[in-house]
Formats: sequence, structure tokens, C-alpha cells
Amino acid sequence: MAIEILMPALSPTMEEGTLAKWLVKEGDTVQSGDIIAEIETDKATMEFEAVDEGVIGKILIAEGTEGVKVNTAIAIIGEEGEDMSASAPAAPAEAAPAAAPASVPAQAAAPAAPARDVTPDWPEGTELKQQTVREALRDGMSEEMRRDDGVFLMGEEVAEYQGAYKISQGMLEEFGSKRVIDTPITEHGFAGIATGAAFGGLKPIVEFMTFNFAMQAIDHIINSAAKTLYMSGGQMGAPMVFRGPNGAAARVGAQHSQDYAAWYAMVPGLKVVMPYSASDYKGLMKTAIRDPNPVIFLENEILYGKSFDVPVMDDYTVPFGKARIWRTGSDVTIVSFGIGMQYALEAADKLAEDGISAEVIDLRTLRPIDYDTVLASVQKTNRCVTVEEGWPVGSIGNHLSATIMERAFDYLDAPVINCTGKDVPMPYAANLEKHALLTTDEVVAAVKQVTYR
Amino acid sequence: MATRKSKAKSNTSPEELKSFYRDMLLIRRFEEKAGQLYGMGLIGGFCHLYIGQEAVVVGLEAAAKEGDKRITSYRDHGHMLACGMNPNGVMAELTGREGGYSKGKGGSMHMFSKEKHFYGGHGIVAAQVPLGAGLAFSDKYKGNDNVTFTYFGDGAANQGQVYETFNMAALWDLPVVFVIENNQYAMGTSQQRSTSSPDIFHRGEAFGIKGQLVDGMDVLAVKEAGEIAVAHCRAGKGPYILEVKTYRYRGHSMSDPAKYRTREEVQKVREKSDAIEHVRELLLQGKHATEDELKAIDKEIKAVVNESAEFAKTSPEPALDELWTDIYA
Repeated sequence: MAIEILMPALSPTMEEGTLAKWLVKEGDTVQSGDIIAEIETDKATMEFEAVDEGVIGKILIAEGTEGVKVNTAIAIIGEEGEDMSASAPAAPAEAAPAAAPASVPAQAAAPAAPARDVTPDWPEGTELKQQTVREALRDGMSEEMRRDDGVFLMGEEVAEYQGAYKISQGMLEEFGSKRVIDTPITEHGFAGIATGAAFGGLKPIVEFMTFNFAMQAIDHIINSAAKTLYMSGGQMGAPMVFRGPNGAAARVGAQHSQDYAAWYAMVPGLKVVMPYSASDYKGLMKTAIRDPNPVIFLENEILYGKSFDVPVMDDYTVPFGKARIWRTGSDVTIVSFGIGMQYALEAADKLAEDGISAEVIDLRTLRPIDYDTVLASVQKTNRCVTVEEGWPVGSIGNHLSATIMERAFDYLDAPVINCTGKDVPMPYAANLEKHALLTTDEVVAAVKQVTYR
Repeated sequence: MATRKSKAKSNTSPEELKSFYRDMLLIRRFEEKAGQLYGMGLIGGFCHLYIGQEAVVVGLEAAAKEGDKRITSYRDHGHMLACGMNPNGVMAELTGREGGYSKGKGGSMHMFSKEKHFYGGHGIVAAQVPLGAGLAFSDKYKGNDNVTFTYFGDGAANQGQVYETFNMAALWDLPVVFVIENNQYAMGTSQQRSTSSPDIFHRGEAFGIKGQLVDGMDVLAVKEAGEIAVAHCRAGKGPYILEVKTYRYRGHSMSDPAKYRTREEVQKVREKSDAIEHVRELLLQGKHATEDELKAIDKEIKAVVNESAEFAKTSPEPALDELWTDIYA
């Protein structure tokens, strides 16, 4: 049976090419794998191998022909003795399926009125105790490790040293070295091993001594952990938590002072958490460990020692995608998260002295983001200031401003202002560092600007 | 150290030898067909063929048991076929169709099968090395005796994360066989031009990991070396390195004209060392099979491959709402 040999596509972008040279002639016998022609593509001259075996019956395109379209019949191959002098078989060349239409409906259009989840974080009357962020974080992890044998903690100095920032204090003693594992200083490697362990059905918590060091591991966080569920058509993913301090500490210079909130919040497949209070550290950590997806849990060194009310409950969790309103107000909405909340709340106190009533929202999670709470608040106050410690370009504040503009444009009485860290690497000198960071006064000034005071 | 050659008396039965022939031939014919479909524009993007290296995966699969895991790079079609994944599903993933292993969302470089313990299909050179050690970590943590085969190339062997992984795998006695498929070219750069010391299998010594050089064109040698490595891992003695010398007949990917080596070099390997021809000769010389029997196998394989191509052409493209699924579990 005669088979057409078609002009092959030999690169991802090739549409036509030059049949530079035939290395066989009519009547030659070829085996699969034999090189039969040289073809010039848009990139290079390629050797073209026979796939079928048989006798070259007829060469349809002469060597030296330029502009031969992909899938044009260039020769006919058949079995020995077969008469192939007749014209090429009429069967049309198989074409690639038409490309799918480019426009795909975007995610569901915004609902007219934002629907907010207003249930309180804990029932009224619950006993509260004062706890540091550090203790709350440890309790959150330990409770989940008691609940699920597949959860383990790995990282640099997490076990015998009790944690570089003492987050995992006492955990080695309780859970043993099988589940609280000291790693060598090798972020790329242990992030990959932990991701593999998650593919294998475990639930790793990976501590980075700081998120600055996770730059070494970011390939595994994004390419291996975040994308595998999608690339596998839903067959397997990475249920795990990457956690550690993020953002500026104090006087540690440019390489140890960076806020990664906006970086990770951009990536589909990741969930991103950046809590402020101790109760949120605990409740969101427990939710993060139970979540079947990779979660980036951005902590803050300056907050570790700060105390907050934490509810005394057997199993206290906080859902992702639900912002917390720390303070209600009517004149302006201040949206922040993580350490930014410290500036936001201080500013609100100062503003109150000047008779400006600020509503302060803590996003708590950046992927998913609770847009509805922000939009409902802006529809009430008609003004908004965002507050974060990270750099200004491509910030979370930029994204919120765009969202508010798209979904609540008619409610705005002033442009949204983004308060951020300065657009510089973090300096070491005390005065310069102070200047590079966000200040409460800047938040106050921004609010006065949007309220025209 | 001498390259391990198969012993005169192998523990491989004639039936097993025949199955090796069948499995290797399936990979080769499948890859040839994939190359053809690429030429027709039915497969897009990057497509890395495994032709020439078939004995590596077939030999190592012969040393595996149910429950063992495997993970590799983007040159992954052979590994999937060797561990029993359905050729239809693999080919349909290459054409980006609904019937593919990843519903068309992964492509040639990103396929997975939980059922067959195949963990991808990874496009970042050497990323699969710590991931594979992590799979082994999960088995050790669970307390079973499964082993993970972690395949990577001579090119990947120069990535830093490989040595980070060697260190931890040895430190924690992880049951992982590191299989370095040395096909002698990292894309277009020969091993000589990219690698300071030629014997990659020695590189575990700094971490106390045993290494063995293996003739990757001899499926029996690969199987024997695999059995030794696997026994070591199952006994709780930690990782093992196999450097399997092999050769890729085709370019690095479909668009590689392979000008960095001569046609004669490729032709010489094909004529003198071809892994499938080797098994064919063993079968015929040992009178374990007749020419006619082998022809029948060829025919059977051709039918399987043609069916996979037909399936891959006719399976529909994924529904547009698939764009938005499988982002979160």
C-alpha cells in the first residue's frame, strides 16, 4: 500500500520550509530511521528520517524547492514491486485541528452587591488568653501534628536548636526526630524533597529561616508545588505549607529585608496567608495544614513577640478568604495585612483624634482575597488607602486599587492611595532604614489626602 | 571501573527476554510515530524522543515491584510506556486532547499516573531529583519497603540541587535509586565539553553513596544492576547511583538539527550497539524465538501504536471550561 510522505513541521513555529536535498532516489529501499532528506526550517537545516519502511516510489517535490508548506506530500513510499507511477493518492493530508477560539469567558462577572461573611471569628463569651504570635504559631502546628500523623516539620534549626526564632520550641521533644527534622542549609534541595514527599501523600510544613532564603527554592515552590495539580489534570498535587518570617526585621540589610507578599500572591495554584494577630496565626496555620494545596504562610519577625487575645477552644480555625474588620468607621477604608496592620491601626487611632473615622480591614489571606469585604466598606466610606510594607510596583495595593476601580468606581470620592515601602533595596544605616520603611505618619497623610482634610 | 556487562548466564527467562523485546520495540515505534505526528503538526511545542535509550527503562522496570515509584525529566514517554501506562493516553496527551493522561493540560513534558506510581514528567532540568528523593522520603516515613527510581541525564548531573539531594538522601538513608541516563549530550553540549570528570557515578562517593557504571545498550546488564541497586535500597542501606551509558539517536528535541555530532557517530551506535537488535540476536541465537514470531511481535506493536495515534487524533480537544479546573484541590 502506497503511503504519502508529508512535508514535516520540524520546529514549534515552522509553517513552510525548503526541501534542500534528497538523500534517496526513486526505487531506493528505506528502513524506518533512515535519513531520506534534508529540510531547511525557519531555524536550521534538519535531517528528515523515514518512519515507514518500503521503496521510494515517486519523488513529488524536487530538491531545492522553497516554500513547501507543512503537510504537502513530498514523496510516495510503497512495498517492493508495487506500482506507484500513478498520481498520489487522493486522501487529503491531515491537518492540525483548528485552534480554539482565543476568547474564553473570564471568571464570573462581579456580583452587584458584595456578599460579606460577617460571622465572628469565635463565639461570643469564649474565654480568651493572652498569647504571643510565636506561641500561637507553635500551638497551631502542634495541634495539627497531634491530629494527623502525616504532618511533619522540616527546616534549618527547627529541631535541636528549637527554631532559629524559637517557633518550634518543645516540638522535637513531643514529636521526635522523625517528625521534626533538622535539614542541612540547602533550601533548594529540601524544598524539593518536601514537595516530593507531598506528592507521596505526606503533609510537610517547610520552615524557611526567612523567606529571603526561599529565593533559592522558588523553582520548587512555583514550578513543582503550585503547578503539578494542573499539569496532572487533577491527579496529584502538593498539600503542604511553606512558612517563615517575611519582610523587614531591623538593621539586617537588603538581602534579609524583603516582603514577598505580592510575588507569591500572583501565582495560581498557591494560597497565600499573611496574618497579623496571634489568633489568626494559630487559626490560619491550622487551616493551612489541612488545605490540600500548597500554602505560603508569611510571618513577621517583629510580630513574633507581640501578644494578642487568643480564644481558648479545642479546635480554633480561621477560614481562608475572609478578611477581619478590626475597627469600623465611616470616613475612609484602610486595607492592610501582616505587619502593615500595625501602621494601619496606629493611624486610625491618630485619625480619630482629628475626628476622622477609619474602617480598618485586615485581609489576612492574599490568595484568595476577600474582595467583598473591601468593596462593601468602600461603598460605605467612598475612600480607600492601602497599607503594606512591600515595594510599590506591582503591589497588593495596586491590585486592590484596580479591583476597586473596576467594581466600585461610582462609589469613589477620591483616588485610592497605596502606602508602601520605598522603591529601594533596604539600607543598613538606621536613619535610612527608617526612611525606607512605611510609617504611621505616611498613612495618616494619605488618609487626609483622600478625605481632603 | 569496568562497565557492567550482562553475565553469560543471566537470570532472565526466554519469556522475559521476549517481553523486553516487545517493550523496547513499543517505545521505539511509539516515538517514531510521535515524531511523525509532530511533523504533521498534530503535536506542538517541545517533544523529546527516547529513541536509542529504550534498554534503560525496560531493564530497570524489570527490577521493580508493585508500589515502587518513578519520576523523570521531560524525555518521559519511554518511562511511561515501560511502567505500563496506556499508549493511547500518552499519545493523546501529546496531541493535547481530552483523552490524554493530563486531559491535555500537561503535554509531552508533564504527564503523571497515580495508578502506575509515575510522578512526572518535569520540565526544569534536575528538579525531579529532590522530588524523587522526597517520594522516597514519604515511603520511608510510612515504613514500607518501596523504592523510587529517580531518572536524570548527564546534563542534569551538573545542577547544584542534585548534590543537595545526594547529601540529604545519604544522611537520611532514603530508598532512592538515582539513575543517571548518560546519553552523552546535554542538549548540544557533549559530556566532554560540559563535565569536568567523565565518571558521573563516582560523584556519590563524597556523600558515601555507592555508584555503578552500566552498559545502557544491554538490557540484561541494566536489569542486573537495577536488581543490585534496588536490593540495597530495600535493605534500608540508603540511596544508590547507577550511571547508565546510553545514546539518543534523535536530536535533543524535534527542532534540534544535531549538528554537534556527525552522522557517522550516530550510525555507528545504531549499527553496533542498538539495544533492540541486541535482544533480537539473543532471542534468535538462543532459539528462543523464530523470525516469524518476532515479525508477529513487530506487527502487534505496530497495531498498538497505530491505534494510539488514531485515538490521539480523534479524542476531542479539552472542553474550554477545563481552563479553570484543577488549579486548586
